[in-house]
Formats: sequence, C-alpha cells, structure tokens
Amino acid sequence: MAPMFSKGFLPTPRHFGYHMNTVGICAAAMVCFWAVVAVIGPMLSPYPPGEIVDFDYYGPMSSTLWMGSDYLGRDIFSRILMGARYTVGISLAAVCLACFSGVVLGMTAAVVGGWLDTGLSRLLDALNSIPSKLFGLVMVAAIGSSIPVLIVLLGVIYTPGAFRFARALAVNINTMDYVTVARARGERTGYLIAQEILPNITGPVLADLGLRFVFIVLLLSGLSFLGLGVQPPNADWGSLVRENIGGLPFGAPAVLMPCLAIASLTISVNLLIDNLPVKIRDRSE
Amino acid sequence: MMNLVEIRDLKVQARSDAGRKIEIIKGVSFDIAEGEIVALIGESGSGKTTIALTLMGHTRPGCTITGGEVRLAGRDLVAMPEAGRQMLRGTDVAYVPQSAAAAFNPSQRLMDQVIEVAQIHRLMTPDAARAKAVDLFRALALPDPETIGARYPHQVSGGQLQRLSAAMALIGGPKLVIFDEPTTALDVTTQIEVLRAFKSVMKLGGMGGVYVSHDLAVVAQIADRIVVLKGGEVQEEGPVEQILHHARHPYTRELLAAFEPVPYASAARSDTMAAKRPILEVRNVVAGYGPLGRDGQPAKLALRNVSCRLERGQNLGVIGESGSGKSTLARAIAGLLPPVSGEVLLDAHPLAPEARLRDKEELRRLQIVFQLADTALNPQRSVGDILGRPLTFYHGQKGAEREARIDALLDMVRLPRAMKHRLPGELSGGQKQRVNLARALAAKPEVILCDEITSALDTVVAAAVIELLKELQRELHLSYVFISHDLSTVQAICDDVMVMYNGAVVERLPADKLHGGAQHPYSKLLFSSVPKLDTGWLDSVPPRVAAR
Repeated sequence: MAPMFSKGFLPTPRHFGYHMNTVGICAAAMVCFWAVVAVIGPMLSPYPPGEIVDFDYYGPMSSTLWMGSDYLGRDIFSRILMGARYTVGISLAAVCLACFSGVVLGMTAAVVGGWLDTGLSRLLDALNSIPSKLFGLVMVAAIGSSIPVLIVLLGVIYTPGAFRFARALAVNINTMDYVTVARARGERTGYLIAQEILPNITGPVLADLGLRFVFIVLLLSGLSFLGLGVQPPNADWGSLVRENIGGLPFGAPAVLMPCLAIASLTISVNLLIDNLPVKIRDRSE
Repeated sequence: MMNLVEIRDLKVQARSDAGRKIEIIKGVSFDIAEGEIVALIGESGSGKTTIALTLMGHTRPGCTITGGEVRLAGRDLVAMPEAGRQMLRGTDVAYVPQSAAAAFNPSQRLMDQVIEVAQIHRLMTPDAARAKAVDLFRALALPDPETIGARYPHQVSGGQLQRLSAAMALIGGPKLVIFDEPTTALDVTTQIEVLRAFKSVMKLGGMGGVYVSHDLAVVAQIADRIVVLKGGEVQEEGPVEQILHHARHPYTRELLAAFEPVPYASAARSDTMAAKRPILEVRNVVAGYGPLGRDGQPAKLALRNVSCRLERGQNLGVIGESGSGKSTLARAIAGLLPPVSGEVLLDAHPLAPEARLRDKEELRRLQIVFQLADTALNPQRSVGDILGRPLTFYHGQKGAEREARIDALLDMVRLPRAMKHRLPGELSGGQKQRVNLARALAAKPEVILCDEITSALDTVVAAAVIELLKELQRELHLSYVFISHDLSTVQAICDDVMVMYNGAVVERLPADKLHGGAQHPYSKLLFSSVPKLDTGWLDSVPPRVAAR
C-alpha cells in the first residue's frame, strides 16, 4: 500500500487491481476520444455542418478548413464531428440490443435445454443463414430508413451470433457443480442465469460485444454508403464516404478523413477488446 | 562413484501478476544414486512438483531457476542452453504425468504416441521402436500387449492409460524417470496393479526415479528414500524405514499420524434407540443414463435395484471403485438424476423423483456436498454470498441477521470471519472444502450426502475435515451418507458400510467388522488393496486373478 500514497493517487488500472498493457491503454484512449466527440462534437464544430463555406469543392486542407471541403463546399471537419454522433450512437444502441437479447436467450436455452433449446437454436440459425447485407438492404427498402429502424434492424441481424456465442459459453458453465448445487437447492431459472452463469461469462461476452460493435459500424457504414443508412441532411461516416466518393481520383481529404475516422474507431475497439484489463489476482502487496 | 542426480542449493522464484517475486524453492539439496528411487512428499504447495520439473531443466510459466545447480549424470541442467536440455528430455530423463488421460492425444493411436519420443530423437527405426514398445507393454502387465497399441486412448481404462504413459516415458531408455503423482487419480484396486507394474519395470531396467506423491503408504511401496518437503524446504530426508518408524520432524509425524485409524464411536448408539425410524430410506432404485429403451430401462444402467437405509444420527458409508454407481446413488437421492423406478423416502415420507418437483422444506432437509470444491463453488461470488444464498432462500434471512449467521457458519467450520469477503480462488483446497460444507450446513439439513469430499485433499487436511464432520454431527445431530473410494476415511466416520460394484450393492457390513468380516470376493479385493504403511506390503499381496 505504501507506494500508492507516496506517489500520490493516480487513476491507473493498477490502482483498481487491474493490469493493462500500453496498446490497450492507447486503444481505450482512442475509444474514449470518439465517445466524447459523439457527445460534445457539434458544440466544437467551427461551422454548421450543413452550411456551404467554401466556393471550391473538394478543397484542400487549410488553416480555416482543417480537413478540407466536400463536394458541395461544406466543412468536412464539422461534418465528421456530427457524423460521430450517428455512427457511434446507432452502433452502440444496436450492439447493446443484439448482445442483450442474444445473451439472455442463449443462457436461457442452455439452462432450460430440451425443446426450447432446439427450437431457439434452429430459429436463430435460420436467421443467421441470411446474408446480413442483403437482409439489411431488403428490410430498409421495404420499411424505409429511419434511425429507430436502423437500430432494430442491426440489432436483429447480430442477435443470432451473440446467441450462439453465449449459449456455447453457458453450456459449459451449466455443467459445473455449483450450478448443480443451485439446482439441488431448488433455484429457479432466473436465478441460475443471473447469479450463477452470467458472472462467469461476462469477460468473453464483453469481448464479443466489442467485436460485434465493429461489425455493426462497418455494416452501418456500408448501408449508408449504398444510400440506405442515415439520410441527408444528416450523415454518418459511411454516408460521408459515399457523398464524397467522387473526390477519390483527386485524393481529396473529404473522402480520406471519414475513412480514417471509421478505421481509427474500429481498429481501436478491436485492440481494446484484445487487451482488456486483466484482474491482478495477487493482492498481497 | 558419482551420483546420477545431484541437486545443490536449488532456488526457484515465481513472479506474480502484480510483479511481486516469491521464492518458492528455498535452497534444496539432495542426491539420487544410480538405480535409486527417491520420493518427494509434502502437502500441495510444498514445491514437490516444481523440484521434479527442474530435473528436466523445466519450470512452469512465470517461474525461473534463480540459483544453485541440478546435475544429471554430471551435466548441469541450469547452465545448459534450452537446445541442450531438449536433447536430454526423453532420452536421459523422462516424465510420467499425474493425469494420463490429459497427456494423450485423443485422436492418435496409442502406439504412434508411445514411439514418438524414439522418432523425435532418431533413436531407432519405427519397427524396432514398435517391438520395444510391445516388450514394455508386456513388462508393464498390460493386456494384449501385441495389439493394445492399435487402440485409441478412450478405448483403454484409466489404469492402463497410466501404464501406457509409463511406456511412453521408458521407450527412450532414460536414466531417470520422474513420476508426478501417477496413481493419485486411480482407484485403490487399480492403483495396486499400476504400482506393481512400475516397480517391476524400474527394478528390471535399473533406472533411477523420482516419485512425487502426498501419499506416504504408496511411497513406502516403491521408493528407497524419502525427502519430506514443506514450504519449499527439505524438512527431513532418509531411507523409507527410518522415516516410517523413526520420524523426527513434526511435519513428518503429522503425516504419519493421519494414517493412524481413529476408532469411531457412534453418536447415536448411546442414545435411546426406541423410535427406530430411518431418516433416509432408498427402496429398489433403478437409474441410469441415456434414452429409455423398449423395456423401459435406460441405455446405460448405473444403479440396479439399490436399497439402503440410514438411521437418524448415524452414518452410512458407500464404497466402491469408479463406475460402481456410488455417485449416481447420491445424485438419485438428491433428485438430480430421477430414478426410473424405486423410491426415496425422507423420514418415511416419499420424495418426488425430480428435485424441481420437491418442495423447499424437503430440499432443505437433504443437502449434497460435492467432491471438487473447485468446481462446486462459483468462482465469481464471494464466500459470504455463497453462504448467504441458502440462508435467504430457505430461511428468508436478510441484512444483519444473515451476516450474523454467516459469521456463525464460518466459526462452525473453523474458518476466520474475514474470509467472507474472499473469492473461492483465493482459498486453499481445505478451506474451499470447508466453505462447501458450510453452504450445506446453512440450510440446517438433517441429512448430508458427502460425495467423495475428502478424495481431492491431502492426507493431513482430509483427516482434519473428517474430524470436523464428526464434531458437527455431535453438535447438530446430522446424519451423513459418506461416499468414498478410500476405505480408511469411511472407517473413520461410518457406522455401516455398503460395498457397491457395477451398480449393485454386493455387501453391507457394520464398520467395525470391515476387516475379516467381508464375504463377497469384490469386497475382499477392495479391502486388501488399501496400501499399508509397510515397505513389504505390495509384495505380500497376491496379484489380482484375471479381474479384468
């Protein structure tokens, strides 16, 4: 305990009993950065995202337009700050929906077993067998695109994967003696799921959540790129890439910057889940 | 003459995940002469396996050899580069692991795995290696030595697999063989066969050996010398006879004392026996695994018409080898495996076959304690939560009342109260087993089914747990069904003993008539297979006649 007080308290993972490596810390910082941008980004933007501020289109980076201008002469920096809100927000809501329903159903199937397990597994397998992009395209074309529709749609597309994953983990935990003891005690399914199984699968489930978040960001960007995601005048990063794809032959920052934003978010989420903090078991210091 | 192995002032350090360094072996020195078998004994955590592994120049991840030397036939393994050690492994020094089942690749034929060492080191042609392997199979008394190599690991029994792993170690003609608790996971009846095979092969080859164990009686059969370890230091060293009969160190005496049979005086016999109504009765129970066949019987029968009764305040021992159905009986009584026919009566009141159909009160009166405390305690929940749940569930206790009862339970199983904030992973094996027991006690049960609860513990710790069970019985008027494959523990606590074989009860005996009273040939074999603290015991027992 002595070193903690002599050096002053720093909020490092170590002081909470966790160990995290440098890559993990960098990735976590990047993810936090985008999360903060998603919340306060529009307040920081130098120009309103919809306003034409440059007479030139696909303008270069300059001291007034930090990331150049887009195909209509709008400020790309301001538009990325605005797009963060849609990309991060929709993806986060969708991934939470997918993982919550997938994990709850998966654990229930594993604990109850029998017909419920077989029925749920086959049903979700069937859903899983439909190509996700195609399914997304068809559904958006049928119901039309709005933010709630996008969230639910992305959630539904990624539920079967989360279900499979959680069920596989829960089946292993379900055979442990402590679950058998709880059954012999007469505990109900709800207790078994929430108290005995969930605490033992949270680590892998969180890692899976991170991975699925990345998939959803990419699928949402893909849908937006095809014009079926977030609709103008709003734009997420995928829409920004599509809008400005014409600038690609000129190497315009207008198309490169949203791409970099997507890459930095997805790669750092990936790195973060590969380097999640590890609990230090030796607490005798 | 130079010794085969010379260990001088060996120090091994481990690094914890917080970066703290702990010395786990603190300057150990001993020798092994050519053809001598030295046993390393001590409780878990004493460093016996760590020392055995340094004889191959190996340490487990996170550990490093920080000082001293390990000389094998004159060459220092500590100073040697890794490539040099690899040349020695398999040819000069070989290793027989504790769990042979985990050491074999399930998807390769046994023969290919046994001769792999000879192939890696290019010692002989595959045909010559196969011929040598068959000779080893014969020397290890394996059935069908010519053809057993063509089988896969799941097609042989645990004892046979352990002997095959010895054949794997011996194929390279090593000078030194390391046995790491090779019989701990086996039944007594199997253990005796494996020990006999090991002993004859080692004698025949004139090889040196290191035998790691926590079982003094097993070690007495096979070793020439014993090194007693505790806390990474040598406590006592000497020939087997000297250690067994003239132990000087207190720890060695404690180990020996755990073998002394403790006469068991029943708590209930002195009481009035007027109302003789059994607290638990099992009537003609048939149970098994797999789907029911056309005759209404399960595909694999595990219990064939088993009946037994347990008087209030008494203890019933159930004994038999693995696969005899003794654990299945406990599961059937607890309602985890519903019997196909027959019934279970608690206090003359029939119970529903399935646990979820029984009411809370019936569940509360009958508790089950499992063998492995490691898997029986949820690793993510604190000891306080684990003990508190049955209190809330059965008795509706909350808040301060619950906390007070948790403290009382910890006192009851002789654990410090501060432990309620710890996770199971932070406790020792014996402490975990006490928590496991305390959870059953929290329900205030009348009958506790103890399924091999001392089998995974060291001798000394197991003796302490048995002692605790007896005290609790006196205080709380409990009745135990005590399932074990270890005769001496059953003897130490039970009034009546039931011997099971292949799913059926073959004999029922009062505990005091166990020796000499057994009539059935299987019970006789079981009782005669328990190792005794006597170096000549193994040779005095006649070989098992065509048992399997």
